[in-house]
Amino acid sequence: MAVQSLSSRPGWLKGVALAFPIVLGYLPVGFAYGVLADKAGLSTLNTVLMSVIVFAGSAQLIGVGLMAAGAPALSIIITTFIVNLRHMLMSAAISPYLKRWKKIELGAFAFELTDETFAVHAAQFASTRPEQSTVFATNLTSQVAWVAGSWLGAAAGGLITDVEPFGLDYALVAMFIALLVVQLKDRLLVGVAVLAGLLSVAFLFIGFNQWNVIAATLVAATAGTAVELWTSR
Amino acid sequence: MIFFIILGMALATYLPRLVPVWFLSSRDLPRVVVVWLKYIPPAVLAAMLLPSVVVAGDRLDVGLDNLYLLAALPTLVVAWKTRSLFVSVLVGMALVAAGRFFLGF
Repeated sequence: MAVQSLSSRPGWLKGVALAFPIVLGYLPVGFAYGVLADKAGLSTLNTVLMSVIVFAGSAQLIGVGLMAAGAPALSIIITTFIVNLRHMLMSAAISPYLKRWKKIELGAFAFELTDETFAVHAAQFASTRPEQSTVFATNLTSQVAWVAGSWLGAAAGGLITDVEPFGLDYALVAMFIALLVVQLKDRLLVGVAVLAGLLSVAFLFIGFNQWNVIAATLVAATAGTAVELWTSR
Repeated sequence: MIFFIILGMALATYLPRLVPVWFLSSRDLPRVVVVWLKYIPPAVLAAMLLPSVVVAGDRLDVGLDNLYLLAALPTLVVAWKTRSLFVSVLVGMALVAAGRFFLGF
């Protein structure tokens, strides 16, 4: 199924390389999560367990914040659900590219579908059809970095909290810029991206907190679809 | 107790990631849906990205004192020219580190 890549590197190695910027971002953010979880009173085992079975950056940070504040269990779980609802859109957007995948492979893929791995896959699938080993290697490498960062943070508990001098806090922002840019292949795509960005900021300030990304994405993608279907008639 | 909260969080995270790809990947979707899904990746990336560079704390910051925004523009140009994820990320990080080191951000 895979298109042979020009380089002779094995597929999984390419996947590891694609995850490099994610690793740069996940190590410090995972570390920060580990420190916060430690301060919130979670055991190191629970802190690492959450990174293994939840694997969702912002939701984990919010989750341990709520635990520290003594929020009820159900409200923590519902908040997690709302924060991660945007992944439904990403999961749907990737689905046309995974037509020949077995259900168990889809299950394994979805488990490690984060904002960042999605961004890498979406940019890849937009131009090529990466091998399955590449896709899984990117996901696994990313999660290993996330778990390692969490564990180090929980173990170090605030020895090193300042990663700013290295600009590491910008790794994921720069990655999103690069992955967005390579997808902007025509003016309509640029328009949709600009609209989504502006709406997201606008929705944030009118109080759509947690919903701004989903709402902006839905409106902008629908507008793009309407324009494309209208002009191609 | 914490363990069960984590288990609940895992389920609340996994279901939204799993359900769409599980049910949609084996189906032939109508053209309008395929077109719509094509616009989701750039839309959702932009919707996550823009607030992260123009919102500082809880206010809009599009001034020259916003290092994240200042670094975003050259990073965007580098990404456009090189099409390289690796180079773009290193340039972005270097700009932010340099801004802090040399310009006192």
